[in-house]
Amino acid sequence: MTLFMPKPEPAIMSRRNELIARLGAILPRESLIVDEVARRAYECDAFTMYRALPLVVTLPESVEQVRAIMALAAEMNVKVVPRGAGTSLSGGSMPLEDGILLGMSKFNRILEIDYENRCARVQPGVQNLAISKAVEAQGFYYAPDPSSQIACSIGGNVAENAGGVHCLKYGLTTNNILGLDVVLMGGDLIRLGGKHLDSEGYDLIGLMTGSEGLLGVVTEVTVRLLQKPPLARGLLLGFASVAAGARCVGAIIARGVIPAGLEMMDKATIHAVERFQPCGYPLDAEALVIVELDGPQAEVDHLVGIVQDIAREEGATTIRASTSEAERLQFWAGRKNAFPAVSCIAPDYLCMDGTIPRARLPEALAGMDRLAKEQGLGVANVFHAGDGNLHPLILYDASKEGDIERAEKLGFDILRLCVSLGGVLTGEHGVGVEKRDLMGEMFTEVDLAQQMRLKCAFDPEGRLNPGKVFPTLHRCAELGMMHVSGGKMPFPNLPRF
Amino acid sequence: MRSACATLEIRDEADAVDAICAAKAKGDCCAIVGGGSKSGLGRYAPQTQALSTAALTGITLYEPNELVLSARAGVPLSEIEALLDRHDQQLAFEPMDYGRLFGAETGGATIGGAIAVNAAGPRRIKAGAARDHLLGFRCVTGRGELVKSGGRVMKNVTGYDLSKLVCGSYGTLALLTELTLKVLPKPQTECTLLAIGADEAESLALLRRATATPCEPSALAMLPAGAALALDADAAAIRLEGPAISVTTRRDDLVARLARSGLRFETLDEHDSAALWRGLRDAAPVAANVGQIWRISVAPSEGFAVVERIRRAGAPMLAYFYDWAGGLIWLCVEAAPDAYAAVVRSAVDASGGHATLIRANAEARARIDVFHPQPAALAALTRRVKASFDPAHVLERGRMRAEF
Repeated sequence: MTLFMPKPEPAIMSRRNELIARLGAILPRESLIVDEVARRAYECDAFTMYRALPLVVTLPESVEQVRAIMALAAEMNVKVVPRGAGTSLSGGSMPLEDGILLGMSKFNRILEIDYENRCARVQPGVQNLAISKAVEAQGFYYAPDPSSQIACSIGGNVAENAGGVHCLKYGLTTNNILGLDVVLMGGDLIRLGGKHLDSEGYDLIGLMTGSEGLLGVVTEVTVRLLQKPPLARGLLLGFASVAAGARCVGAIIARGVIPAGLEMMDKATIHAVERFQPCGYPLDAEALVIVELDGPQAEVDHLVGIVQDIAREEGATTIRASTSEAERLQFWAGRKNAFPAVSCIAPDYLCMDGTIPRARLPEALAGMDRLAKEQGLGVANVFHAGDGNLHPLILYDASKEGDIERAEKLGFDILRLCVSLGGVLTGEHGVGVEKRDLMGEMFTEVDLAQQMRLKCAFDPEGRLNPGKVFPTLHRCAELGMMHVSGGKMPFPNLPRF
Repeated sequence: MRSACATLEIRDEADAVDAICAAKAKGDCCAIVGGGSKSGLGRYAPQTQALSTAALTGITLYEPNELVLSARAGVPLSEIEALLDRHDQQLAFEPMDYGRLFGAETGGATIGGAIAVNAAGPRRIKAGAARDHLLGFRCVTGRGELVKSGGRVMKNVTGYDLSKLVCGSYGTLALLTELTLKVLPKPQTECTLLAIGADEAESLALLRRATATPCEPSALAMLPAGAALALDADAAAIRLEGPAISVTTRRDDLVARLARSGLRFETLDEHDSAALWRGLRDAAPVAANVGQIWRISVAPSEGFAVVERIRRAGAPMLAYFYDWAGGLIWLCVEAAPDAYAAVVRSAVDASGGHATLIRANAEARARIDVFHPQPAALAALTRRVKASFDPAHVLERGRMRAEF
């Protein structure tokens, strides 16, 4: 499977010198990267399978500079790819050969912490974890905690609607931000929301969040701060079958308990983790469930009792509840090491990100097993069990002829399986370029045309991060007039790239 | 209220496609009506016909263990809430019932209407609004096209999050046909702590202090004397929800943290607490007055300053109270042709936020901006977003903005 990106436009490539000269009038020398070797550092994000050398890299440090770059890009009709910390797992910030890479890393300041209104105004390049660090002394934190939180930036979190381990109880990025400043293609600055709770008019904050850098460039974010719960306790539950583990998860929720974290892993992962760094996981279990409960002590102790009862009723073969902070962290250690541990049992792995209705988990795992056998590859599974977000890790060996292709094919087949079970292509990693060509599995051409028209409302010339998310490029004028009937576009033969 | 116009019953999605395509071809514009409980909301903008979604009935999916429910747009909220209640679950965003505010019957609202106005109640500060609970939907756009977005799973970033966009779009983008919602367990019990004896500004500061404790309040309101509960003094009301043992512990903890001389605490039990917040959710303290009603959203610490500015500017305030720890103000002013819009809006603009005229006669709602005016670039973007769904302004023409 090869990724086709839009062909570099000769009209842009031939004006590179002019573009650089005009960018030079906007930016100081150190904020403009022209040299090929230095540009190489930006040729991919954390989705490393595909790379491209950006036309030029800009690292603005003021909103005025961002506006000027976006105005220039519109005037010269040049593409722009925004980039935060470059940790996207789906190629959302993969550069274009004929596009400006707009790196937001210099926007790294926390502008204001407003404890009274429980929010903070931050620049988009601030690391996710840095926000929590800045407010922890006062007993607060920022809830969404993607596993890349020591590196990923809040601007990128907005672009991807980042989740994390705690989102069943505390929500995703979209549930935890109050305001956005956005620069549109052409240079207009719009302010959405603020420190108040509902934004006026259409909820453009909600639309911007998860739009993968296709609608605008975020230059400021107002995030909500939450009070840190006084206590968290963990439970480690082992089961003789995946189905029993999944039933227990359902039973916990049915009993009215919403844990702060609810994770599950399969036998392959349990064994990989124990080999990597033993943390006392039961090796006889087919499935391991980790539950975290947080809140005031009286409530946490009460809920731990309830979950223990449920686990017993559901036939758990191992039930352990943490009695100290050290023990709780030890329960998590294996889960947190799951990815590095898996990379010790196989030379390479591909991390997928489908979501399914939780009750379909046994079917999903059986289906995955069958698909993996077809390709002659192994799969290890970690699972945000509370919200049905599955992370199958496809094990392969890049040095083996044909293994990459087989891994990619298996990945696509697994995502198709998720959709067929009532799930979706991506729970938190984004579509980017990775899952772009699968969008038709979930959406009709009519659904996609409506999404693309929204893109046109923000970016009529399609200059901002094109080639991502949507499998087909259309001119906006064409979408406006297009009459779509029965889910089919009038030009089914248009080239897909 | 709306002037009467022909009503067309929408029985299924194909009906909606036909009706909207026909209206588009004729240049007509359509109101979308579920239970009709919100027909007094928005700009006064008579439409050529009404599309009734009342026949789009049926809860199509409910899996309590997966916290998910799907329903067609015309299902009454009360039906959904009754079903959830039987499984000890709820719509955590506490959708408001506008019946009381508009002097109509309560319990008439549909789920489609609750989503269209992005309904939110006192629990907004903890659990979010409708937007935070809509996982996916099906709709027919103003282009007459059947479109779906989202899904039935909690975590989904596949494509743009159109669920957020339709929440609070007041029917101006699409006719919603089916909604899929995240539902949540109902707390085992609740109580409300009343702190009495501080003045208005101090009571609001007290609420903000309560949000900075680990006591996890699920609602915080400031009730000026006489606003509710037949109290003759200003009061701060703080709701705590959860397992009984936790609620008691947190209430005691909160009293210990907030106590100071001159402050008296009372506790409302589960029954009285539920009644209080049901009333506040439906804006009861302002609803009974005859004047015009504003809903103002600001940063919690700015609520008092905004009210003071309005008071000093001489707008005759009949009643008001604060929800969301001071971030939401319900205000009733004496009826006037301009509803004191300039006074209210400049008071809000000085702090940042927005004011929506919720209840006023047709004349006032035709004359002034019901929704907060937007800066030029944002207004232009808003028009383009509208056009992407409904270029011919078929749906709810003029309901949100005069220009569409």
